[in-house]
Amino acid sequence: MSEHALWVPFFRAIVVFVYFLLVTAVLIWAERRIVARMQARLGPNRIGPFGALQTLVDGVKMFFKEDVTPAMVDRPVFVLAPLIGVIAGFLSMAVIPIGGEVTLFGETFTLVVSDLNVGVLWILAMGSIHVYSVFLAGWSSNSPYPLMGGVRASAQMISYEIAQGLAVASVVIYTGSLRVGDIVAAQSGDGLFPGMPGWNAIVLFPAFLIFTIGMVAEAGRPPFDLAEAEGELVGGFHTEYSGMKFGMFMLAEFMNVVTMSAIMVTLFFGGPSGPTFGLPDAVAWVMPMFWFFVKMSAFIFFFILLRGALPRYRYDRLMSLGWKVLVPVGLVWALVTAAIVLLEEQTVLTTEVRIGLGVAAAVLVGALLFVGAAPEDADAIPDERDPQDDAAQAPGAADRAENAEEVGT
Amino acid sequence: MTGHDVVFLLVALTTAGAGIMTVTSKNLVHAALFLALTLTGSAAVFLVLAADFVALAQLLVNVGAVAVLFLFGLMLTRAPIGREALDGQHRGLAIGVSGGLFVLLSVLIIGAFGGEGVREVTGPGVNEIGIALFAQWVLPFEVLSMLLLAALIGAIVLARRSPGESGTEAEPTHIELSGDPSTEAERRPELTAGGER
Repeated sequence: MSEHALWVPFFRAIVVFVYFLLVTAVLIWAERRIVARMQARLGPNRIGPFGALQTLVDGVKMFFKEDVTPAMVDRPVFVLAPLIGVIAGFLSMAVIPIGGEVTLFGETFTLVVSDLNVGVLWILAMGSIHVYSVFLAGWSSNSPYPLMGGVRASAQMISYEIAQGLAVASVVIYTGSLRVGDIVAAQSGDGLFPGMPGWNAIVLFPAFLIFTIGMVAEAGRPPFDLAEAEGELVGGFHTEYSGMKFGMFMLAEFMNVVTMSAIMVTLFFGGPSGPTFGLPDAVAWVMPMFWFFVKMSAFIFFFILLRGALPRYRYDRLMSLGWKVLVPVGLVWALVTAAIVLLEEQTVLTTEVRIGLGVAAAVLVGALLFVGAAPEDADAIPDERDPQDDAAQAPGAADRAENAEEVGT
Repeated sequence: MTGHDVVFLLVALTTAGAGIMTVTSKNLVHAALFLALTLTGSAAVFLVLAADFVALAQLLVNVGAVAVLFLFGLMLTRAPIGREALDGQHRGLAIGVSGGLFVLLSVLIIGAFGGEGVREVTGPGVNEIGIALFAQWVLPFEVLSMLLLAALIGAIVLARRSPGESGTEAEPTHIELSGDPSTEAERRPELTAGGER
């Protein structure tokens, strides 16, 4: 990579940065319009065509609003917390390729800030740094509701990070590389039979499912937005924030939606790869960017639909879903993937045997979901309730099958 | 001095400064944050040494999990948190032990590598690290995971109490329905009297 001219890295960094910032701005507007539509409202429609410039105006408003810092806060940490969130959000974009090879002024390069050797770990590490933002915001506010929100959010993020890490592990095992570029390249060909895309989402379907649920929880979005449950915690961890500091939390949250969608597309849906329809080279370089954008938009849309369609999850159920369903399934699936990869290395398998193995693995994971996922204490009674209440509730609660599909739909 | 040296120096100074702040800061949460910064700094040192896998593993495990759990424990157990000043009784002993360790490690490291010059590193790749870990060093690895498993089970045993088993129970709040003045005005009549005048 060092053979490029000096301006290339700067150019790539700026392009990726602006790209994700623009997508975030559009997302905020799109979310308000779509959710409004789902709730039979109008949504923002005053500024620009269909209110599209509303985000810009809101941003300006945020900048000029009074920034109240309560007297009892721990000031350095209070200021630091929103910054950490935004910075971690931006940094995790650095390893995601948003397009294919581009030739500009005689230099050919891929549209990614840096294709690290261990890019996948970078994504996970930035995700875990993001926890600090929420957590420190809750603590430094020195007030009960933010503290509750901070504790909830960090417990949730740590739990789902493990499940997500296991899902990513099976992708890494399957691909055999930690480099994001290799993972994208490995998915670009045909799948089991010609015409089927070689996406990891098909081969590693359970991992894909776990990652989907995990990404919603990681981004702190409905139905897993327990950290800012406004009915219980006022505003959650950002109750005491105002002005641009609050704006940065909002930006970080929406940016997380975009990055999570981008990561999802990169790891499970082949990133920017897609058919070019035999276009001439002069135009063909646009197609990868187009495919990436389409795939990413699909997941962003999924996020918005989730928000409009689902009520908030209960906290103890959120935890038991994370620890008792997603983590064991992720663990078993990583093992299954490793076993199949090892088998493939030792002997040459025919397509039929592969499909047979895949079905066996699916049955195993399915059995695990139905047998292991509904233990008696999955509906563990919150402590503050009376034992009599529990006895009355137990029969109804026990038959609620707690499987991943139920959450996904 | 090359650019490489400058970067290393900056990282090393930041890390050392954060380390000192970790032990000197009086606020428990600040100390934990400086610990996180120290760990990030040591990850950056690995990065400077071209060991990117170790650096990110360090960031992921130590900063992303261990330090967060630290802070989490602080938040759950000392909720009004870190507002009280923090001061140990064993300052002299601690200085002695850490100073001794510092001297010992410095002597050992300088003795072992002091004569070596600066070299280009093209560190082992992730594959070699993995193979070494699971072929040559598999026993320590497994022992370590047994330790973690034991800690995990211990934590569950500690956390899993049946309701009512905990040591202290809070007094239920009593609401006196009669006799007790229930409003601010009744409790402090002189205020209302003043207001009316």
